[in-house]
Amino acid sequence: MVQQVGPQTSQPPFIAMRGITKAFPGVLANDGVDLDVYNTEIHALLGENGAGKSTLVKILYGFYRADSGTILLNGKPISIQSPHDARAVRMGMVFQDFTLIPAFTVAENMALFLPDLGAVVDIDQINRRINDLSARYDLHVNPQAMVSQLSVGEQQKVEILKLLLSDARLLILDEPTRVLAPHEVQALFRVLVRLRNDGYAIILIAHKLKEVLDCADRITVLRGGRAAGTLLRAEASEADLVGMMFAKESAALQVTRQPGRERGPSLLELRGVEIRSQGAEPSLQAIDLEISSGEIVGVAGVSGNGQKELTELLLGIIPCARGKKLLFGSDVTNLSVRALRARGVGFIPENPLTMATAPFMTVLENMTVTQTRRYARWGGLRIDWPAVRQDVEEGLKRFGFSFSLYVPARSLSGGNLQRMVIVREMMHHPRLIIASYLTRGLDVQSTTAARQSLVQARDGGAGVLLISEDLEELFLLSDRLVVLFGGRIVGAFHPGEIDIYRVGQLMTGAEA
Amino acid sequence: MTQLAGRGSLRFLGHKAWRTAVRYLSMILLALLLFAVILLISGKDPIQSYKEILTSTLGSAYGFSEVLVAMIPMLLTALAVALPSRVGLINVGGEGQLYIGAALATWAALTFPHLPAPVLLPLMALLGMAGGALWAFVPGYLKAIGLVNETITTLLLNPVAPKLIGFLIFGFWHATMDTDKTAKFVDAARLPTFFGTRIHLGLGIGLVLLVLFWALMKYTRWGLEMRAIWQNSQSARRNGIPVKPYLIVMMCIGGAIAALAGMAQVSGFYGVLLLNFSTGLGFMGFLICWLAGGDPLGILLMSFVVSIIMTGGNLLQLTRDLPYAAINILLALTLFVVLAKPTLLRRERA
Repeated sequence: MVQQVGPQTSQPPFIAMRGITKAFPGVLANDGVDLDVYNTEIHALLGENGAGKSTLVKILYGFYRADSGTILLNGKPISIQSPHDARAVRMGMVFQDFTLIPAFTVAENMALFLPDLGAVVDIDQINRRINDLSARYDLHVNPQAMVSQLSVGEQQKVEILKLLLSDARLLILDEPTRVLAPHEVQALFRVLVRLRNDGYAIILIAHKLKEVLDCADRITVLRGGRAAGTLLRAEASEADLVGMMFAKESAALQVTRQPGRERGPSLLELRGVEIRSQGAEPSLQAIDLEISSGEIVGVAGVSGNGQKELTELLLGIIPCARGKKLLFGSDVTNLSVRALRARGVGFIPENPLTMATAPFMTVLENMTVTQTRRYARWGGLRIDWPAVRQDVEEGLKRFGFSFSLYVPARSLSGGNLQRMVIVREMMHHPRLIIASYLTRGLDVQSTTAARQSLVQARDGGAGVLLISEDLEELFLLSDRLVVLFGGRIVGAFHPGEIDIYRVGQLMTGAEA
Repeated sequence: MTQLAGRGSLRFLGHKAWRTAVRYLSMILLALLLFAVILLISGKDPIQSYKEILTSTLGSAYGFSEVLVAMIPMLLTALAVALPSRVGLINVGGEGQLYIGAALATWAALTFPHLPAPVLLPLMALLGMAGGALWAFVPGYLKAIGLVNETITTLLLNPVAPKLIGFLIFGFWHATMDTDKTAKFVDAARLPTFFGTRIHLGLGIGLVLLVLFWALMKYTRWGLEMRAIWQNSQSARRNGIPVKPYLIVMMCIGGAIAALAGMAQVSGFYGVLLLNFSTGLGFMGFLICWLAGGDPLGILLMSFVVSIIMTGGNLLQLTRDLPYAAINILLALTLFVVLAKPTLLRRERA
């Protein structure tokens, strides 16, 4: 019998979210989002990182509280204050980072999650229930196996089984394919389809187009915290989806380019560089990259495709397993971070608090830690604080930022912390700047100022590597653009030669 | 602008000093209160016992000098914990490092008895410190390459050192009539003593090192870099601070200072290397450093207080028939109170 799928049924949706709005300090993560999920459908949420997908489902699951908006269950409004409430109305969620206890067996992990767990745990009965369910949905795992012995794919099966066993009817999967190999992805989708045919509702978060088109019945695209639209799979094409994911917006900053200008001398060169993969992190393979004086090279890609590894490799934190790294013409493959910084490399990391800050030291002290030798007097016995202060104040004036210098760095807001790092890394006029997610968490004005500072540095002859997920930013600023996917550079262009849609396709692996 | 900021930080400092004083006082009071209960249970009069501890230690010049003598190794072993702790390392290996320092100093004293004191004493100190540094290098290096946690390795190395010393004393160094100690050191191998008491040069060395430690952390480039590592080693690494060398070097310096305590004990206090001469001096330093939160002034105060308790306790043992273990209970109670401090004092902060 052919099952009726999704919205054609006349019933109200199993879950309806209406006008969901959620703001975090400095970011509007969800802005009036509507979402309907019916029984018997796989509903994909598609969007870039930071588009608000995870926030939306975490609100649904009671992890966050929405600032405004309502949630309806079978047409009736309900209040979900905690994951406990969500489980009571038969929702279940598989998080990106699994919640299994490695030292327990599969069955013990399941027992912990059961809502009707008795005082005496009947493991045999649980084993039977696991075996029944896993036979039905082709989710084969050994109930007696220790979770620590299972592969990531198997752990994911356990997470799904756990939800089924606890009688969930709506399954939320937050980027389930991120950790899976291609054949495992196919197997997962077969399981999901079978579950859908049995009447389950499934929310699948994804940012790879192919996967969404392979598996989903309906697709809702989020962009910048808003719902950009909902399509039936039959109506959707790759081009439509890419268009909805990355809309063009007018930018405040006008960047002057001098077309036809000669490329300056090479500042940084990577030749056939590879790194060894560390656990689940992606490795980098066959990276050839050159940054010349006076250009901004943009790196586009969905985060988790090797961006972090690329910056750490450039900075000298991860060693090259193969290949060569040249800086200003000399081989720096094995130099330390300090040596590279001393040669004029500035680094703006993706997370200013954990990757660039000593949280309990003052802002002024934090401004000094990258350049302690520069400000040391009497052979290091004393630090010239007035000089630091003068340089910092000059830097603040240059960027038009202002924040207190004598408070612990930890007390700054996320945006101010990012400004602190930008000032610190740029105030000594570095010749090469590596910037990851430069404008994340900044408001419009500071975004413009931060971008302006990169352009200034470029016009002053510095080379810039700009890693971003914000394609508009990359198209606005970059003189050249490369796309990183799965640890490889899958394309290199001048922004004029290519449109934003094609880059979107490359970075989502639509044409890998 | 500047003045405002300056005044603000001054007020902040005053507040901080007041809070620190309250913290130490309340800790000591609470520990004394708890110990009084123990004394009562064992049938002793707590007030009388405390009085006796105080009069025997602070009541006479001799008693006071004995407190200072007991303080010397504690100052040094506490510093040996404090220095590595500033880059986030936990050095529980003071005891072993101290034994190694004593052993190498003894070797120099026994091998070169004819050298004059100005040559022999520095030689003993340097050899001892080199030994302690080497002993601490093993945990420091293993930590820096990310292999083993230094708390475990330093702790496990502790019982090894006294065994090694036993082997050396029994096998080679024992005096003709003794099996468990060496011959008395020649005068040139003894640290000078002062005022006709047992206070020796070790006290001056300890105090100077304490001041240097304070200045290092407060003023220098290295202090700044160490604080950055301590607070967030991930960011420190990205900011170009050589984290691994710091971990190794600070561990070695810690080991060297603990070894200096060992050298000071055999050269300044005993004048002979005795089997098992240290009954937990290294651990006492760890306790003091924790009590003081690694703060130089706190280390000075705390080692003074602990020395009063120890020397007074010795006396109580003789006069009041109080088992020495009772003093350990008092120290354990103090540590307990310190560890409980977060819940005790958080309300004041808010």
